[in-house]
Amino acid sequence: MDSITSTIQVVPLNHYILLSAILFSIGVIGVLIRRNAIIIFMSIELMLNSVNLLLTAFSAYSGDASGQVFVFFIMALAAAEVAVGLAIIVMVYRNTSSIDINILNRLKW
Amino acid sequence: MIDLVWLIPLFPFIGFLICGLGRNILPKAAIGIIASLAVLASFAVSLGIFFEFNGSTPAIIHLFDWIKVGNIDIPFSFQIDQLSILMLLIITGIGSLIHIYSTGYMSHDKGFGKFFSYLNLFIFFMLLLVLGSNYVIMFIGWEGVGLCSYLLIGFWYTNGAYADAAKKAFIMNRIGDLGFLIGVFLIITTFGSVSFAQIFPQAQGMVSGDATLTLITILLFVGAVGKSAQLPLFTWLPDAMAGPTPVSALIHAATMVTAGIYMIARSNILFTLSPVTMSIIAVIGLATAIVAAIIALTQTDIKKVLAYSTVSQLGYMFLGLGVGAYTGAFFHVLTHAFFKALLFLGAGSVIHAISDEQDMRKMGGLKKKLPITFFTMLMGTLAISGLPPFAGFFSKDEILAHVYEENKILWIIGVLGAMLTAFYMFRMMFLTFWGNFRGSEEQKHHLHESPVSMTIPLIILAILSVVGGFIGVPEVLGGGHWLSHYLAPVFDASTSRLSVIELSHVTEYMLMGISVAGVVIAIIYAYVKYVKNSHVPLADSEERSVLAKISYNKFYFDELYSAIIQKPLNVISEFFYKIVDKAGIDGFVNGLGKGSMEASKGLRLLQTGNVGFYIFAMVIGVLGILIYSFFKF
Amino acid sequence: MNLLIVLFFPLLGSIVCLLNKNYAKQTALISSLITLVYSLVLLAHFQADASRQFVVDFAWIPQLGINFKAGIDGISMIMVLLTTGLVPLIILSGFSREFKNSSALFALILFMQSGLLVVFTALDAFLFYVGWEAALIPIYFICAIWGGADRIRVNMKFFIYTFAGSLFMLLGIIYLHLQTPGNTYDIDAFYSLNLDVITQGWLFWCFFLAFAIKMPIFPFHTWQPDTYTEAPTMGTMLLAGIMLKMGIYGVIRWLIPIVPLGFMQWKELAIILSIIGIVYASIIAFTQKDIKRLVAYSSIAHVGLIAAGVFAWNAAGVQGAMIQMLNHGINVIGLFFIMDIIINRLQTREIASMGGIAKVAPKFAIAFLIIILGTVALPLTNGFIGEFLLLNGIYQYEMWFSAVAGLTIIFGAVYMLRMYKNVMQGQLNELTATFKDIRGSEVVVLSIICTLIIVIGVYPQPILHISEAAVNGLISQVNNKLAF
Repeated sequence: MDSITSTIQVVPLNHYILLSAILFSIGVIGVLIRRNAIIIFMSIELMLNSVNLLLTAFSAYSGDASGQVFVFFIMALAAAEVAVGLAIIVMVYRNTSSIDINILNRLKW
Repeated sequence: MIDLVWLIPLFPFIGFLICGLGRNILPKAAIGIIASLAVLASFAVSLGIFFEFNGSTPAIIHLFDWIKVGNIDIPFSFQIDQLSILMLLIITGIGSLIHIYSTGYMSHDKGFGKFFSYLNLFIFFMLLLVLGSNYVIMFIGWEGVGLCSYLLIGFWYTNGAYADAAKKAFIMNRIGDLGFLIGVFLIITTFGSVSFAQIFPQAQGMVSGDATLTLITILLFVGAVGKSAQLPLFTWLPDAMAGPTPVSALIHAATMVTAGIYMIARSNILFTLSPVTMSIIAVIGLATAIVAAIIALTQTDIKKVLAYSTVSQLGYMFLGLGVGAYTGAFFHVLTHAFFKALLFLGAGSVIHAISDEQDMRKMGGLKKKLPITFFTMLMGTLAISGLPPFAGFFSKDEILAHVYEENKILWIIGVLGAMLTAFYMFRMMFLTFWGNFRGSEEQKHHLHESPVSMTIPLIILAILSVVGGFIGVPEVLGGGHWLSHYLAPVFDASTSRLSVIELSHVTEYMLMGISVAGVVIAIIYAYVKYVKNSHVPLADSEERSVLAKISYNKFYFDELYSAIIQKPLNVISEFFYKIVDKAGIDGFVNGLGKGSMEASKGLRLLQTGNVGFYIFAMVIGVLGILIYSFFKF
Repeated sequence: MNLLIVLFFPLLGSIVCLLNKNYAKQTALISSLITLVYSLVLLAHFQADASRQFVVDFAWIPQLGINFKAGIDGISMIMVLLTTGLVPLIILSGFSREFKNSSALFALILFMQSGLLVVFTALDAFLFYVGWEAALIPIYFICAIWGGADRIRVNMKFFIYTFAGSLFMLLGIIYLHLQTPGNTYDIDAFYSLNLDVITQGWLFWCFFLAFAIKMPIFPFHTWQPDTYTEAPTMGTMLLAGIMLKMGIYGVIRWLIPIVPLGFMQWKELAIILSIIGIVYASIIAFTQKDIKRLVAYSSIAHVGLIAAGVFAWNAAGVQGAMIQMLNHGINVIGLFFIMDIIINRLQTREIASMGGIAKVAPKFAIAFLIIILGTVALPLTNGFIGEFLLLNGIYQYEMWFSAVAGLTIIFGAVYMLRMYKNVMQGQLNELTATFKDIRGSEVVVLSIICTLIIVIGVYPQPILHISEAAVNGLISQVNNKLAF
């Protein structure tokens, strides 16, 4: 356990923060500009994981395990989300033969 | 005996229960006997108390605590003094006679049991009214008799007009009752009690003309105006004739309507100390006496004539109270109870004889067919006209003598009123008993004298109407005026405060002479007009002179009230319901609901369904929050 | 412990009702009668002094400072008797009717009874609030499922309206909770708070809105006539007979003692609103053509008088309100039962199409008349005791208010007797000629009601005595706080 913590601490904290921010931004931009539902979905996962990374890093630096506990929660949540989200996408595809999200505006009202 | 006073109201109450519950089970004869016995038993107890009681202070009989909250303490207790004893005797005495009379009068009616139970209930409440030792117990009786009056006026409720008359009586009484009730509240705050025994001694220490006392007495008088049918709340009493005739005799002539006079006589000290109220009472009393007498001149319904005559006589009693003639006013209550009950019962006997016909234009010449009724009614008419030595003469003379001391103009008007009274009463007699019969052949065939159960009360009342006045023969005629001595303890505090101008004997003889002469002239005029010239009142459709029209249409009081109170209230009611409530307040409440619906209709347009837009909005939002918190701290 | 039995026995009955579908009516009646007997046992052990008795107090959600604290003083005793006494009558009034899915209906009524009893005995604000809403939910379903044609829309309004009011109260309760030293919801902690005038001013409005809507006081009343008209009769009885007293009870127990300064600020306005309600609703009642709606408006007028008496805040006014709550419950249940009998037999609510019923239904006519006399406050009926004390209480505050409020004794007679005349008197018509006189359970219910009307009217002192000490204690507590 100690070895992992110390390995993480080899890299300065700022780098983690920067990396997470970049990953998160890529995720956001991906969500915003792509229209393919699967890609949007993957971008969301990217954002979640960037947060995970940051949480792990902070956890290691401050010596508090609760950050890592949170990571597990987020992973479980992501898994659930994948199950539901993919099911929705499959249904959308079956109904519209497309996974372009712009077609989904029929759902409004 | 005095400790048994609670028996007096109890007997009629038991009678009420038996007759009410057994109205479909018991035979008619049994019901009539039970109901009459109940009242007779009360009469016997009252007589016992009358002979036993001779104290100068009232006896209080405490039964139980009724309402006790904070500083308000209202015991359920009775008070026995000279005033209440005399009232007890009138109520139970005349009440028993009328009960006996009713066993004959109502014998063909399907609601026989119901009628007697109501009648007993009425006696019960009336006894509570006069026995109560405080204003609230008095108020129980006060409203209770109103209820019985309502029930009995609406006795034949399948007739919509009768039911309306009943309702009108109750509501008009209630208007007065509100005044009474607020008066009681003011009494509680002023004297800290509602009991007579605590209020009157305190009041004696107050100065004459005290503003609070004036207000209290005006409010109480409002109550009396409603109950005793004075201007402007008198219109219910003539309509109340819709009830069976014994009811008119008992409730709307002899007892209930005199409750207002009883109440004022009971609280005499309060009124004596409020000269302003006294003047108001005198003026309203006299105005009522004259207005009602004028209306009575042209009425064609025999009971309506008697009804307006009652209103008019009640006006005289109030006039008497207003000038401080408490004994005189009460004397008139007593004699009026005799002769007016007699007249009503006589009228009932006439109506009974000619198959429920009440229109005098269809009567006439009944002298021969109904000798007992005729003779007794004549006694009553002579008494009410104020001819010596009949009962009405002494009491009316006493009131008028006091009025003369007080104010000459009022006296002149009062004498004119007495002349009017004599005229319309003899008009009634002449139209009914003299001349030729004007009804249908069938009615003529049915004409018969009433049964014994009805004529005996008539005879007894006729005797009382003749000799009843002798209990108050004034000194100037050589009498001792037993009544004023008997009632002295009740009115003591007042009489010592009222300035007494002793009239010389010459003046008194003159006053009597003038009024008797006036009355005789009026009677002769009526004789000439209705017997000599056989004048019969015009049919409804015929054109009348303006004055006769006003009188015949009762000064248009009903129309006036309908136009200025009833109709506007109904319009306001519709307005409140449709405009203020439905459109205004409820509109606003519904508007809140509709407003949020409309707002959401607008806002939902933001839901374009474009996922990209949602996410964009979200990111912008997140950024916005971040920037805000960054700059804020 | 006895108190808990009274509070939760109806809940038990409610479950049994659901299980015992075929005998739901009987089960409900027996359950409510047992509750009544238990409450009478409480009454027998009750000392009529200012103290709280039968207190149960245990931690419920200790993390949030919530206790299950309930107890009975004289004021609560009257309310408990009102609830336990009237519910059997209400259930019995449904005996002569058939309802679809009746087990659910009676279960809901019993559930509501529990909620009401909690409201009337709670000494913990959170518990009070829970009871408050627990009583609302069943009545919503009762009205929405068994109501008249327009029930959905009307009920929606009723529910949202009263619920919105109670949310303001919740806000007030939470604020007070945060102010208390130990962060509790205990009523005594609320009583001993000393807040400044401005805070008390808006707290007053938080509570006042909830209570005023529930009663209802003008101008928060517009849900009431619609709801009373559309609800099934048992629902109307529960609403008018018991539920609206929650509002008045709330004012006496919670509003005035907790924010006396705020109350003093707005006292005049509260009384004026109540009195406007009396006159306004009476006048509207004059021309109503629908009998149920007429009674609904008359109820607004009568409640306005009770509210005005409470806000006058003196011994006569509050004692009058206590006994009048009981009386109004009895009378209004009687009236609505009468309405139900008429509507059920004639299948119409139009006054114009009635008339002459007294001829064919004499027993019914007598019961109707006695109830009307109680309503118009004739002496020796229960209504008089209440109205006399209430008007006297208002009088002690201001003479003119009393004179205007007193118009109710005239107006009440006008619309009630007008209704009686048009419905019961006059000539029979084709419709009313078929009217059958009351029988069976109807006779039982109406005789009980008529007996109560007269007995309370003749000898009210025992009931006045129950609440006297508690009312005086509460009034002097508030006065001391104001003097301070």
